[in-house]
Amino acid sequence: MSTDEIENVEAFRQRARAWIHENLRPVGPVALSLRRERSDEQELVAVARDREVQRMLFDAGLAGICIPPEYGGQGLTPDHQQALNDELAGYEFAMRLQVPTFTPCLAVLLEFGTEDQRRRHIPAILKGEEIWMQLLSEPSGGSDVAGALTSAVRDGDEWILNGSKVWTTGAWWSDWGLCLARTNWDVPKHRGLTVFLLPIHEPGVEVRRIEMLNGNKEFCQEFLSDVRVPDTDRVGDIDEGWTVGTGWMFHERMLYNSPLVTVPTGTTRGSASSSSALDVARDAGRLADPTVRDLIGEARMLDVVGEELQRRIGDGIATQTMSGETSAIGRVFVGVVAARRMTIQFEIAGAAGAAWSDDDGELTHCGTDFLMRQTSCIGGGTIEMARNVISERVLGMPRERTLDRDVAFRDVPRASSR
Amino acid sequence: MQDLSADQQFFRGTTSKFLDEQMPTGELRRRRDTQAGFDEKYWHRGADLGWTSLLVGEHLGGGTVSGDGLVDLSLVAYEFGRHAAPGPLVPDNIVAATLAAAGTDAHAGLIGDLLSGGSIASWALSEPPPHDRLDDVTLDIGVDGGDVALNGVKRPVESARQADHLLVTGRTGTGLTQVLVPTDAAGVSVEPMRTVDLTRRFDRVIFDDVRLPARTVIGEVGGAGGQVERQLQMALVLVNAECVGAMQTGFDMTLEWMFDRYSFGRPLASYQELKHRLADMKTWLEASHAISDAAAAAVGSGSPDGAELVSAAKAFIGEYGTQLLQDCVQLHGGIGVTFDHDLHLFLRRHTVNRALYGTPAEHRQRIADLVEQQKGVVA
Repeated sequence: MSTDEIENVEAFRQRARAWIHENLRPVGPVALSLRRERSDEQELVAVARDREVQRMLFDAGLAGICIPPEYGGQGLTPDHQQALNDELAGYEFAMRLQVPTFTPCLAVLLEFGTEDQRRRHIPAILKGEEIWMQLLSEPSGGSDVAGALTSAVRDGDEWILNGSKVWTTGAWWSDWGLCLARTNWDVPKHRGLTVFLLPIHEPGVEVRRIEMLNGNKEFCQEFLSDVRVPDTDRVGDIDEGWTVGTGWMFHERMLYNSPLVTVPTGTTRGSASSSSALDVARDAGRLADPTVRDLIGEARMLDVVGEELQRRIGDGIATQTMSGETSAIGRVFVGVVAARRMTIQFEIAGAAGAAWSDDDGELTHCGTDFLMRQTSCIGGGTIEMARNVISERVLGMPRERTLDRDVAFRDVPRASSR
Repeated sequence: MQDLSADQQFFRGTTSKFLDEQMPTGELRRRRDTQAGFDEKYWHRGADLGWTSLLVGEHLGGGTVSGDGLVDLSLVAYEFGRHAAPGPLVPDNIVAATLAAAGTDAHAGLIGDLLSGGSIASWALSEPPPHDRLDDVTLDIGVDGGDVALNGVKRPVESARQADHLLVTGRTGTGLTQVLVPTDAAGVSVEPMRTVDLTRRFDRVIFDDVRLPARTVIGEVGGAGGQVERQLQMALVLVNAECVGAMQTGFDMTLEWMFDRYSFGRPLASYQELKHRLADMKTWLEASHAISDAAAAAVGSGSPDGAELVSAAKAFIGEYGTQLLQDCVQLHGGIGVTFDHDLHLFLRRHTVNRALYGTPAEHRQRIADLVEQQKGVVA
């Protein structure tokens, strides 16, 4: 399609605006939250509504803005996606389908999937019929994703998977997972991995929910026992899973900055809270306290600087004046700042951070949010790993020594299994 | 700054090359005890390179490179920071900009002299403690018939001894007033101060019943608040850009040192603890570049978010730039606190700028005010 055949951004914006006002419910500021906020029943209702909203967007020609039409998308540009995001500000959106379904999972399918896999799954995702998860981390692995122990053994036209994956957000209400498994134990770790598409609610997949220290139960651990996957559900070549994995993790780092996700402009991207330091200070009656005002200013300063930093990195990568690995700088900043924000709010809350009443407004969150403070520095890869990426691949400092390089994975020392 | 045009790159490169040649660090040390820290020829040649003309319109002999003179000037300021260069770049330009915007035809000659580097002007804003906080101006400017009378003290005033004119910000009743004061006017006395910056000079200026004709008022008597805020925002853009330049040089020197210095048979760069320190410093550095550029663009174009961005920049760069440069010292070990090593030149430049035109804490308070206004919260 040549550019002059593409719907002009302003016309698209008008069309999106009219449709959104007509069909979607207005909502207050939406937080992408790790708080324990809903019962399971409420969560399932919210998931169903997300699927419904996604279907409505699809029927309206507003789903998959940057995805080619042959896979059900609109074949438009990131500018159109931005226009949609702008128009969605203040309205509900299919929050649970953005990350990880659209990115990294759909992005990986688009980049590495077979034509058949793309045609089977991408339109289903765009219609809200499939919610995808990342079956990537393992209980034993920590940050060493390539050290996966989950195994896949070939059996004719099928593969048999055994092992366990963890930190899968919302796996209990999801449909499919992208799974990294070991297919060869006799080569160094990066060379013996393969990626598979895995239906989550198949026989042999047990999903167990993990309760976080604040009571949130969104994360899950999956136990795979002789799960059979057809070879047609393999992504990429056998033992070449790390090639897919590298692209996978690039898309993961894009998070809500990816042009594949639909997220209203202005949505708080903090990992635990949308409440600003100002709201906490207001409910604490401390707006006039100069020490509190200093903290309010600091919180806002960090947000403003963070936005400009992400813009700088995004532009730098897009124009290739910065390497893709520069995104690790944004990762460190976002993690540290979110943790600092929790500390600031806890500080402003005073004793209400320790003990609160239900009618304390924004103060009611500060204590538990503070307990969860480090989440932003852990989830999606720890900031220590990001610091390694910055120092080694951005600044060119020597790599850390590893004991698993050029060693067959079966001979690599590891902790006794749990 | 990203996305520089070829003209801007050339412009910045010219100043960089000039400072490389004229002000190598040995030269900065040699000028340690000179009165001005720079000489007339240096400032003239800088003026020829465009250092003084970017905030003044073409009809007055100025002009920009990109159409946004403040962004262009921030490129010069960045190079000033990167080289810890001497010269009253910030206050001289602020006065020129204000005369161009609010002066009369009678100021055309002086503007021409400032642009050519033949004359120097400075901005007298800050006052002795406890009146050295932002927005705390007490110098009295009284109106007496056709005259104004100035009484009070200003400090620190950059390069007051080199300046022929000072733009003095004072108070008339409840409003702010600005007067262009010749430094040789009766009642003006200038006393040198000491500073940690090796290359810049600051003075205390006393105004003892300085009487001048009312036409020396620039703008409205008692109505200069908006003008002063604009000057402040422009000055902040420039000191921030200088700070980022100083941070960049300190960081580059330190990264190089990490590869050159060996301990226990390994380069420092191979220690994970130190790698992670550098990763954090790189993060602060990139964030500082980002917010400095964003603030320059916003203030330069008169965007409504300029006030918040420039205060966020001053607060962040002030705080994290200090952390970065002091970490540079730490990573150098003992040599980092010697006079012979260059690192302190950049630490000095940043340290002084951190304290000028509002500390990080003062700017965090300003941001809190803005957040409150935006949210419309009633305390």
